[in-house]
This record gives sequence, C-alpha cells and structure tokens, in this order.
Amino acid sequence: MSQEISNKIAANPAFQRFVSKRNSYSVVMTILGAVAYYGFILLVAYNPTFLAQKLGAGMTTSIGVPIGLGVIVFTIIITWIFVRRSNTEFDDEAAAILKEATK
Amino acid sequence: MNIKHILAAVAALSVAGGAIAAGADLGQAQKQATNWTAITMFAIFVAATLWITKWAAAKTKSAADFYTAGGGITGFQNGLAIAGDYMSAASFLGISGLVFANGFDGLIFSIGWLVGWPIITFLMAERLRNLGKFTFADVAAYRFSQTPVRIFAAFSSLIVVAFYMIAQMVGAGQLIKILFGMEYIYAEILVGIIMLAYVLFGGMTATTWVQIIKAVMLLGGATFMALAVLVQFGFSPEALFTKATEIHSKKDAIMAPGALIKDPISAISVGMALMFGTAGLPHILMRFFTVPNAKEARKSVAWATTWIGYFYILTFIIGFGAITNLIANPGEYYVGGELAGGLKGGGNMAAVHLSGAVGGNLFLGFISAVAFATILAVVAGLTLAGASAVSHDLYASVIRKGQASSAEELRVSKMATVALGILAIVLGIAFEKENVAYMVMLAFTIACSGNFPVLFMSVLWKDCTTRGAVVGGFVGLVLATVLTIGSASVWEAVMHNPKGSAWFPYNSAALFSMTAAFFTIWLVSILDKSAQATKERELYLDQQIRSETGVGAAGASAH
Repeated sequence: MSQEISNKIAANPAFQRFVSKRNSYSVVMTILGAVAYYGFILLVAYNPTFLAQKLGAGMTTSIGVPIGLGVIVFTIIITWIFVRRSNTEFDDEAAAILKEATK
Repeated sequence: MNIKHILAAVAALSVAGGAIAAGADLGQAQKQATNWTAITMFAIFVAATLWITKWAAAKTKSAADFYTAGGGITGFQNGLAIAGDYMSAASFLGISGLVFANGFDGLIFSIGWLVGWPIITFLMAERLRNLGKFTFADVAAYRFSQTPVRIFAAFSSLIVVAFYMIAQMVGAGQLIKILFGMEYIYAEILVGIIMLAYVLFGGMTATTWVQIIKAVMLLGGATFMALAVLVQFGFSPEALFTKATEIHSKKDAIMAPGALIKDPISAISVGMALMFGTAGLPHILMRFFTVPNAKEARKSVAWATTWIGYFYILTFIIGFGAITNLIANPGEYYVGGELAGGLKGGGNMAAVHLSGAVGGNLFLGFISAVAFATILAVVAGLTLAGASAVSHDLYASVIRKGQASSAEELRVSKMATVALGILAIVLGIAFEKENVAYMVMLAFTIACSGNFPVLFMSVLWKDCTTRGAVVGGFVGLVLATVLTIGSASVWEAVMHNPKGSAWFPYNSAALFSMTAAFFTIWLVSILDKSAQATKERELYLDQQIRSETGVGAAGASAH
C-alpha cells in the first residue's frame, strides 16, 4: 500500500467514523449470538424443567425442541443479516473512502 | 467420535460373530464380512477425486496455487468446503449417535458446534482475508516481529493439527474396519496414501474440490435419510417424537435435557472452547485465503454456517429416526437380536444402520463410502494446514527471512506434506488401542486459548505487542494442555488414575486458559516499554486501514 494513500485515509475523519460504526455493529451482533447460545445453555443448566414442558396438552414435543432448533436458525439468520449489510452498505462506504484517498 | 464405544463394539461384534454388512449373518468370528457395495462406491469416489486431482495438478504451479488455489474459489464453493471441513465423520456419526442414545441432549451438543461461526463472520472473516496471504500467522504477525510470532503460530498450529489428525486417523481405522471389513493397518495406509495424492499433486485446489464433493454427498445423503424418516410419519415431527418416546428405554426423558450438562461452569467452558476454538483452527482459517476478496470471504462463512446448521437439524431427525427404526427391529440391528446386547457396531453406528433400514444395501454402501470420504477429506485439509505452517511460517519466514522463492517454498511444502502424511499413518497406528476421545476437544481448547487470543488482540487492539502476543499465546497453549490432562477425560479415562482423582474438576479448560491468555497478552503488552513495542503500536494504523478497507490486500491470483 502506498504511504500516500494510507496517510490520506488516516487523515479522513470519515474513516474512523466508519470503523467505529462497523465495529460496534460487529460487537452488537456478536453479543446477540452469544446471548442466544449462552441463554440456551444456562436454561439447560438451571431450568431444564422449563425446556421439558410440553408444547400443548397431550403432546410429546417439548418446548426445548423449537427453542433448540430456533437457536440454530437464529444463528444462520443473524449471519446472513450481517453479511448482507457488510457486502452492500459497508463495502460501499469503504470504497468511497478509498476513492477519496486515491483521487 | 467415541472410540471407546467403537472398540467395545468391535469386541462385542467378534463375540457375537455378527457382521454389519451382511445384516444378521452369524457364525463368523473376528473377521467382518467385506462390504462390496460400500467398497465399490468408495472406489468410484476415489477415482473421481483422483481425476480432479490430475486436473488440479495442472493448475498448481506456484506456492500461491498450492496454499490457496490461486485465490480463485468463490464464496459459495468455499462455504461448502468449509462446511465439509467441519462436518467430519465424528460429527455425523457421533451426533446422530448421541441423539439416538439421549435424544434432546444431542441437540444441545450440536448447537455448541455451530455457534462459533457467527463469531468468525462478525469479527474475523474480513480481517483475515484483508491481512492474510497463506496462513493465519500472516495476520497475527502483520505488524509484529516475524520470528517469534511465526514460531508460536507454527508450533500451535502443528499441535492442533496433530491432535485433530490422530482423532481422525484412529476414527478412520476403526470405522473402516467395521464398515468395509478391512484390517486396521491397511485402512490407515490407504487413508494416508490417497490423502497424500490429493495434497501433494493437487494442493489446495484438489483439497477444496474433494471437500466440496464430499460435502454435497454428505448433505444429499443426510437429507435423503431425514426425508425418508419424515415420510414414515407423514411429515409430522410430533408423530415421530411420540413413537420414539414410546419405544426408547428412557421414555419421555429423551425430550428433555439430561445428564450432558453437569455444572454451569463446565457448560460455559465447553461452550467457549467450541465458540472461539472454531476461530482458531488453522485448517479452517486457511480457507479464507482461497477467495478473491473480503466480500467472498463473508459469503463463504454465511454459506458454511447455513450448511452446518442445516446438517445439525438433519442429524437430529436422523437420530430420532434411528430410534424408531432400529429399536423396533432388534433382531436385525442388535447384537444377539436383543436390545440388551447393544447396537451392532456401537452407538455411533446408528446413522449407518438407519441408512440400510430406509435405503437398502445400496444406500448403506453409499453412506459408508461417504463416511470414509469424509475422513479422507478432513485429513487432507489438516495436512495442508500443517504443511503450510512448516513451509510458509517456519521455512520461508523464520529460516529464510522471507527470501525464499516461490519454487523453493513450494518444494519445502511438498516435503512437509509427505512427512506429515507418513506421520499421520504412524500416529494412527500407534494410537490404535488408545482412548482418543478427548483429542478433538483438546485441539479446540488449544485453538481457543492460543491461536484465537493472539489473532484477536493483534488485529483489534492497538497496544498489543510481539512480546504480549507470544507470551500470552504460550500461556494459553500450556494451560489448555495441562488443565485438560488434569480433567477426568484424560486423568482418569486415559491415564487410568482412580475415579474421582482428577484434580481439574471441569469438562473443559477453555474458560480458564483462554481468559489467562487474554489477560497475559494485555498485561505483558502494557508493561512492554521497548522501542520495538512503540514501533509496533505506530504500525497499527496502517494495519487497521488495510484490515478495514482491503486496500493493499493480497490479490486474487497474484498473491
């Protein structure tokens, strides 16, 4: 990377704004993923009877099954939400900052 | 994979004289019937993959081709390959076996293996791609002094690869013994040689395509099995669960959390090892360098997460399908024809038996071949990761100080590949009778306590220094190993100390060793007042610009 471009990006206040915006988004999504997983695990550890409850009277399926499968689906969904926003909005902003530095 | 179960099963099998392939064929002792359907299917797979290797070999000319397939893999393809690396035979047979034995607990376990993926997506994927070239050490050592960081990274990578590999090789030998009726030692040599052909001649291109084909076969086969089970119950999961609770010995308990989680500390610690260990596995991390840019890198993890999550949902259905199909028919699937005799081949064979139950002998052969192919592909990926640690980190960066030509580096990586291939065979044979169940977990614990903190802090914390990263990384690595040795799974199960004598009371060291690694990196870094440390902190801005925008990142084909 040429030092000149690098210096220009460093001097651009939009760059630090961009980095902190995207990083806080990453952190929020990470916390979301961790809360879903550890919430589930702590439920298993401290309140297994809740997960063992039946979905309805006379049913075999326990609440734990949709919750467990829900954690899997939730994990997949937040990953795609993050990737979509990164691949469009954030990539465009990064490209704009880059363009400004190279012109 | 629970090798103890398999070993016990093999012993049980020889006593009962049953043979998996030939169903309830009694009268043979020791020797398994040769399963020709499975062998034929497997031979077709090998022939197809070797043909791909030949094609890939023509394209593998430089070190970049060898390590990263020239950066020409798309996000979707790479997602399948990553999923393939992760969906080992252990997770397929082990998790469906766990669901078969305990029901809901199997689901808890499989969720743990999935949740590391968003972490990689949110925090690592893009930065890895933008900063790295061939190995994760490229990223960790970006602004640091090369020699110490590379030595740490290579050391840690090789340890992780070795433990992971032993578990795979021993699993392979036992599995092939049961599925194909082949001698253990021949199975080891066969796996070693075919794997070597892929890596040596086809490099990353062949390794990736073998992984993609296997992933498609595994996902296709598992989908078919899950659908076949659901069809039996008119696509009503409720009907499936009702039937399962009626005939399972644990009755309704299989719908609730059971004994898997003993105490909350262990639960959190195991969760951390799985969650952050995934982001420190060298054979997974190297896949981020095979795609052209950060956009594709992100897409690959999103696809990988999708396939792996989908796969775990399938294994849950397959496990319950095994309950309803196999327990109802003990004459066919149980030793001595009675439930008390235990499942033929052990609990991990539930999915294999189910494949025969729903798809006949041909499909059983297909699933057996897929299980073998799975091990082969995972071992190939591990070997490539180990070889790049030796040739790129140790040889090119530490010994030759970055002065080695691409051709020289390529030659060394091929030599390292052969050495690792031979080592894999030797270790596989040496550990045949050992209990290796703890090894995959140990690999994850070391990855999350050594590689992950070093990678994370070097990329995201400005004040991190070489000294901090290396000392902290080694503290994590050593603590992870020592505490694991002190836990019941090694101290009692492997070292045969009396029950209850294990001095580390939890299932996983990760909570302690990873925390210690992060703390040490922080402490040593802030105490580091050397001129080198000041220089490294100043370089952070440059690194940040590249990691966040991709400017100057290694290109697609011209690394």
